[in-house]
This record gives sequence, C-alpha cells and structure tokens, in this order.
Amino acid sequence: MTLLWIPLLTLLGVLAPMCLERYGRNLCSLGTATPPAIALLLALNQVPALMAGEVPRIAISWIPQLGLDLAFRLDGLSLLFLTLILGIGLLIILYARYYLAPEEPFGRFNAYLMLFMLSMVGIVMADNLLLLWVFWEMTSLSSFLLIGFWSSQSDARKGARMALTVTGAGGLALLAGFLLIGDMVGSFNVGVVLDSADVILADPRYPIMLVLVLIGAFAKSAQFPFQFWLPHAMAAPTPVSAYLHSATMVKAGIFLLARLHPAIGDSAMWGWLVTLTGMTTFLYGGWFALLKTDLKGILAFSTVSHLGLITALLGIGSPMAILAALFHILNHATFKAALFMCSGIIDHEAGTRELAKLGGLRRAMPITALLMSLAAAAMAGVPLLNGFLSKEMFFKETLDAGLLGGLGWLLPLLATLGGVLSVAYSLRLVHSVFFKPAKTAPPKHPHEPPRLMRVPVEFLVMICVAVGLFPAVLATGLLNLATEAVLGRHLEFHLAIWHGVNAPLIMSLVALGCGVALYGVHPSIRRFVRQFATTDARMIFENSIQRLVARSQSLTERLENGSLQRYMSLLLGAALLLATLGLLELPQLAGGMPEGELDGVLILGAALLIFGALGTVVTHRYRLVSLLMLSVVGLVVSLTFARFSAPDLALTQLSVEVVTMILLMLALFFLPQKTPRESSAHRTIRDIALASALGMVVASLNYAVLTREIDSISRFFIDNSVPGGGGHNVVNVILVDFRGFDTLGEITVLAIAGLAIFKLLNRLRLFMPHSDAEGRVWSPDRYPMILTSVSQWLLPLALLVSVFIFLRGHNQPGGGFIAGLVTAVALILIYMARGVEWTQSRLDFPYQLVAIGGVAVATLTGLGSWLFGRPFLTSAFGHFKLPLIGEFELATAMLFDLGVYLAVVGATLMILANLGKVTTPHRPTKDAQPATSKEKS
Amino acid sequence: MLDTALWISLALILMALMLNVYRMTVGPSMPDRLLALDTMYVNSIALIVLMGLWLNSKTYFEAALLIAMLGFISTVAVCKYLLRGDIIE
Repeated sequence: MTLLWIPLLTLLGVLAPMCLERYGRNLCSLGTATPPAIALLLALNQVPALMAGEVPRIAISWIPQLGLDLAFRLDGLSLLFLTLILGIGLLIILYARYYLAPEEPFGRFNAYLMLFMLSMVGIVMADNLLLLWVFWEMTSLSSFLLIGFWSSQSDARKGARMALTVTGAGGLALLAGFLLIGDMVGSFNVGVVLDSADVILADPRYPIMLVLVLIGAFAKSAQFPFQFWLPHAMAAPTPVSAYLHSATMVKAGIFLLARLHPAIGDSAMWGWLVTLTGMTTFLYGGWFALLKTDLKGILAFSTVSHLGLITALLGIGSPMAILAALFHILNHATFKAALFMCSGIIDHEAGTRELAKLGGLRRAMPITALLMSLAAAAMAGVPLLNGFLSKEMFFKETLDAGLLGGLGWLLPLLATLGGVLSVAYSLRLVHSVFFKPAKTAPPKHPHEPPRLMRVPVEFLVMICVAVGLFPAVLATGLLNLATEAVLGRHLEFHLAIWHGVNAPLIMSLVALGCGVALYGVHPSIRRFVRQFATTDARMIFENSIQRLVARSQSLTERLENGSLQRYMSLLLGAALLLATLGLLELPQLAGGMPEGELDGVLILGAALLIFGALGTVVTHRYRLVSLLMLSVVGLVVSLTFARFSAPDLALTQLSVEVVTMILLMLALFFLPQKTPRESSAHRTIRDIALASALGMVVASLNYAVLTREIDSISRFFIDNSVPGGGGHNVVNVILVDFRGFDTLGEITVLAIAGLAIFKLLNRLRLFMPHSDAEGRVWSPDRYPMILTSVSQWLLPLALLVSVFIFLRGHNQPGGGFIAGLVTAVALILIYMARGVEWTQSRLDFPYQLVAIGGVAVATLTGLGSWLFGRPFLTSAFGHFKLPLIGEFELATAMLFDLGVYLAVVGATLMILANLGKVTTPHRPTKDAQPATSKEKS
Repeated sequence: MLDTALWISLALILMALMLNVYRMTVGPSMPDRLLALDTMYVNSIALIVLMGLWLNSKTYFEAALLIAMLGFISTVAVCKYLLRGDIIE
C-alpha cells in the first residue's frame, strides 16, 4: 500500500498548487513540495526491504480484459530514478519560485510540473508494460504543456508541438513494440517479461519488436536521428529545461532501455543498434554543442551528447557498462540540472543567454561563476568530480566492448573524440560567460540571484563534488541496488578515483588536453563551418508537418465537403452496394415459408402508403402540403402496426405523429413556406435512380428475410418476460427491464436534448410574419370557443387514459412512454386553445424539473437494487392482495416506468411549450424562471 | 349476416379513404386538404374497429381510442396555423 502512495501523493501535488495559488507563492511552493517530499521519504523508507533482496509490488486489476493492471513495483532501478525525479523535482520547485515573473500563472506552472512528475514516477514504478506506456504518453502531454508554457511565443508553441509530435509518434511505435512483447510472453507484467528473455529472443518477431521499442526510447531520449526536437524544446522556461531535458524526461528512454535490457538486450542486434546510435549521438551532440552560441542551446546539445554516451553504454551491455550507465545517469542529472539552473540565473539576472552578449560575469556573480565552473568541470570529466568517474568507466568499457570485430579500436577512439568535444564545449561555456572580457554590456545590470534561488544549484554542485571525492561511500549503495535490479544478480564493484596509470586514465588526460587545445582553435572551426548552409531542423519539420496538414485537408475536403445530400448519397450508395452483393449470393429470393394471405384492406393500405410517400416527395417544395402527405404515411404506418399485432408500436406511432405535427407547425411559422428549387436536373435523375435502386434492393431483402425461418433472440424475451420480468407485455418488459439500461440512456438523452433546446431558445429573437404565405391577414379569433371548451373537457379524459395506459402497460399494450406522450399532447392542446397566459396561471411548473426528476426517479430505481446487493437496475416484482381491489402486481419496473413517463412529459413540454412561448412575453429566459412568477413578485 | 355487413362496410370505408386521398391531392385549398386528412383519421377509426370485428380481436381497440382522442389535435394544430400562424400564443 505504501507503494501506491508514492504516485498518489504526486497526484495530490497536482491539485495542491491550484488550491494554494491565491495564498501567495511561498505557501503555494511549500504546498506543492510537501507531497513529493513525503513520497521521496516513503520511497527511501523502502531501502531496507530492497537491501534484503525484496521487490515491493502492488497490483490492482484495472482492465483485466486488456491485461492492464494498476501495478507498481519498487526495485533498485526505480529507486534510483525516483530519487532523481523527486529529489531534483523538489529543487526545481524551489528554483521556479524565484524564476517565474510575478505576473505569470505560478499555480498552473506548478500543477503542470507535478503532472509531469506524476507521469515520470508512473513510468519508473510501473509493473505493467501497458501502464508504463500510459504514463509514457502522459509525459509527452505534460511536457507539451510545460514547453509551451509561454504560449504567447511562437518558438514555444512550435517547440512544444515538435516535441509532442516526435515523442508521441515514438510512443505509438513503443506501444506496438509492447503489444508484440505481450503477445510473445503472454503477459504485460514487467516481472514476467523480464524473466522471459529466452522466449522473446527466440521469437521470429524479435527484430521488429526491438526496432519499435528502440524507436520509442530513442525518440524520447533524443537519440540520433530524433535528436532534433530537444534543442527546440529549450523554448521552455529554464526550470522546465533543467527538469525535463536534463534530469528526467529525456532519461525516460534510457530508463526503458535499462528496464528492458534483461529481457531484450541480449542479442547482437541490440548491441549494434544501441551502441552505434549512442556513439553517433554522442559525437553529433558534442560537435553541435561546440558550435551553438546560445547558453541553453549548448546545454541542449551537450545533453543530447551525454544521452548518447549512456545509450552507448547500455548498448555495450556488459555488467560494468550497465553500472557505468547508471552511474552516469545519476552524475549527468546532477551536473546538468545545476548547469541549466545556472544558465537560467544568468538569463534572469543578465537578461540574455547569447554568448556574444555575455562575458566577464565573474565579477558581478562570483558565487554563480564558481558553481557553474564546478558543474561544467564535472561535465568535462575533470578529476575529483563525479563526471570524471563515470566518464572514465565509459572509456574503459569502450576498450572492452568487443564490438565491430577488427575495427574494435574505433570505439575507444570515437569515445575519446567525444570526450575532447565535451571538454571543449564545457570550457567554452564557462570561459565565454565568466572570464572572457565582455564586448558589449548585457541588457540588464548583472548581479547575484536571490539567495534561495541559488540553493538548489549549490546543493547539486555539492553532490557533484562529494560524489567525485568519495564515490565509494556515497554512490555505492544506490548503484548496488540499481545494478542488481537490471542484472538480476549482485555485482561486485569498487568505485575509486585512482586505478593507477591505465588506458582509460590516458584517454581522459588526452581528452582534457586536446579539449583545451580544441577550444583554443574553435573560432577558426566555427568560421570554417559557417561556409556550409545550415539546415534548421525546425524549418524542415514545420515544412513537412504543414505539407501533411495541407494534404490531409485536401483529402478531407474531397471526402467531406459539407453537402448533406452528398453524404446521404454516399451512405446510401454504400448500403446499396453491400446489400446488392449480399443478395447476389442468395440462391433464390423466396425462402421456404408460405406467403401470408392478401386481402383488399392490405392492398389498399399499401397503395395508400406508396401514394403518401410519393406525394410527400413530389410536393416537397410546398412544405405544408408535403407535411399533410407525410401524415398520411404516418397514419397508414400506425394502422399497419395495429394490423400486424404490434399495438404498442401503433400507439406510440400515433402519439408521435401528433407531437411531430405540433412541433412542425410551431417551427414552420418561422420558416419559409416554400423550399426554393435547388437540385439540378442531373442531380434529380441521380437521386431518383439511387432511391429506386435502393427501394428495390431493400424490398427484395425484406421479402427474402420474411419468407425464411430466422432464429432471432426474440424467443428469449418471449419466454422470460413473465418469469423474469413479471409482465405479459414483452415490449414493455424489454423496455423497462431487459433493456432498462438502454431506456435509461435514452430518456437521459431526451432530457438533455430538451434542456439544450430550452437553452437555445432563451436568447432567440425571431421574425414573425404578419400575414400568411398568400398575404391574408391572420384571423382575429385568437382562442376559438369550441376549441377552448373541447380542450378543457379532453384534458381529464386524456389524463385518465394515460393513467390507464401507464398502469396496465406492464401486461398489456401501453407503458410510460405512450402515457407520457398522451399527457403531453393533452397539455399542449390546452396551450393551443387557451394561450400561454391562461395556461401558465393555472399550470405553473417548470418542465425542466419534471424531465430531470423523471431521469432521477429512473436512476434511483436502478440504484435501489444496489441496496439489496443486486446489480444496477435489477427489477423485483410481487403479487399483493388488497380488499375490494383484489390481487394486483407491483414491480419496481413500474417505478422505472414512472421515471420514463415523467421524463417524456417534461422533455416534450419543455420543447413544445417553450417553442410556443417564443412569440409571447413568457418566452424562456436566461435564469430559467417563468415570466409570470416575476410579474407576481 | 354480420360477415356481409362487415364486408360491405369495409368496402365503403376503403372507398371513402380513397376519396379522402383524392381530395387531399387535388385540393384546391389548404382547408380542403386538411379536412381530407382529418376525415382519413375518422375513417381509420372505423377501419380499425371493423377490422377488430372481422378478425375477432380486442387489441385494435386502443389504437381506435387513441386516434379518436388525439387524432384531431394535429388537425387543430394545422387549423390554428392556417388561421393565426402562431399556434401557441
């Protein structure tokens, strides 16, 4: 359980800054830092268990069907990274407190930072590959937010987009790789995967999987050829660069390589791919770091270079190489984070990061100069600092790598060359900022930063020095645990500064000497390089992205041009094609079933139906006539339902017909009476052809289906309606019981639609015609007397009928839906006959609440079954006896049906009555209060 | 005897329905068409009840009841629309 608290606490840290922002920066920082600090203590508290050889784990099933568990583990590797993530994270929070300008949204920044921390913690602790991947993607997203934090700057937006695209695309490749691993091993559990190296290596899909996983890791860790996004991500605020781009996110790829090394690392392919990529990146980054003129640019490329170094070590893969890689991860994180923070301090206090504008700052900021020099010396690999130790181990491993066969001497040579470059750019960094005399004065008058802003840097540099002096005491414990986690066994090693005069030491000295010399000649190198045309990675990237977008857009426009007619014709055309293909496969149209008998009524009914449909189409430009024709269709359809023993459908269809007519009459008042002629002759022909073809095919399909024996699921419902649902009306039992959840969804949608219409109407100002289409003035008789009297008489009758339909609905035709429609129609009739004023003074209740109440009743009925330990919406029924009334049945389904009834009444009236009110002073208003109640008050 | 009566009534009702459709198609005015639709609803009630008698079934009754009770409301809505434009005022 402790394990779960580590990610949970960081999650809590996401909320803390948002809540505390208003209480000032100090409290906000403190509140943000507390949860990760506790999490760090919790993690360190696990050390004794780890020392004893345990691997604490926790697993909660999340989506077992996918093999996705909320599983966490804490082994030595996780611990190493957790220390980095949480420890440096805490320093960054302190640093950011002083870095961000007062007007910048501090709470939001901290929340993003914590979100990122959470995702990193998730990555390093995940005990399930899919979970790891989820957190992996979360780092891409949160780093997007962080890099683009200064969203007003085009650089920041583009850099963020590039980082997201590259790492996100890498993430997809990684997912594919993980899925392959899962398929090979049969589990996504990290522990199981690590134990299945033989299965994975023997699988024929191993090379594909390896390449996919490596693409993901390389994209994240900015390895060649994906290195280009990292320098552009430097548009981020410096705390972000220090955290994401030196200590954590870019190490996620390396973490993954280390994590999976036991499972997939034992092959020649791994050695070649990873080592060579790492070496290439090492040199590439070093070279460009020497050429850059922007402080953060230099640091970005040096990060690329050092990441390459670590990758190369992981590629070599011998136990000592793994140890060196882990050690360098630790060292690089400390000195690089310190350097980034120093560059942020310089930027903050001197106002620029351009080397050309800086110089001679050692007088203005002596302490920063000392700190940065020490960190840069660690980066260069100067003895007595931590960077020296791990770099020497790297040199040693390149000597022992055994790769490249006869060209094996190439690796140490390249490594030394990279060392030379890193000495040169480190020297350049420090020299040109602090020691070289300035050509121009910096934009701001430089001075030392606030005391506390320097504390994180001091702390990190102190670690650099201390580890450099006493490696055996300070680093052995953590590294022991971490290497044990990667190698699966204990590794005997001894970290020491002095190993005697040997090859690695000579390589180090050569690197130092040549590096100083290289810095001496680097102006001429830069002059030489300037002759080549520079290719800006961002231009290429933006260009290709924009071309991709343009191409997708043109494709989208070709498919989706906004013409509904076109979509409809495509949809129907596709349906036609598929149905035709299906029909062609049938041996003959008619099945074995005998045809039903035809009689005069049926024939005439069919004729009327066809005539009504054709009439609707032919008169479609005269809207009212067309509507009347459509009513004929509706009426005949209801009669057909009745004739073929579907009384529920018939009743529903009839009431829906009436409601539709009222709605259309309400709407038509505000609309043109005629549709202009829009279709070309060409299009008309096409549509007629399509419609007839589809009609013929669908008719044939119907005939084919109806003349065959089909085995459908309806038998189940008919058999179980009484024993399972307690009702004889199968349709109703399906609606309120078997498929109750669907119905609940539907009435929710209905209520939401009603609310949306209500909301849309409340600002609507409509043009009201003063005469009808032929120019006749409206009749002066607003409320005809016959209508008013009939409507009043009808209301109680209609209510009685709806109660009747509602109550018997469970066993005979009827139910809440029809009853609701009947009630709504009767009420609307009153509105029509008497007007809003009269009706509202007698019937004043907000329909929104009725509709919502209906949904609530239905939902609560469903929830009620939880009280009895049953699943949601389980229905219960029983038979009861009362004197006078006799035996009757009660079912919870009835309560559910009441919810349906209320929702239907509320939603229908909400739509119709409010649409009717648009022309009156009682129109829907923003505060959703009926107008009359305002007048009363 | 009943069968004959049913047969004759059904034939007459069907004829009436056809005439309704004729009036609806030909018009000439909107009220003509509207009345034709309303009459169709009324005739449908008769048709449903007759069918119920003929097929000896009670399930048709509710449909007839509902048409009788609600069918005229669409007519009212269209009438109000033709007379006043705004049907709820």
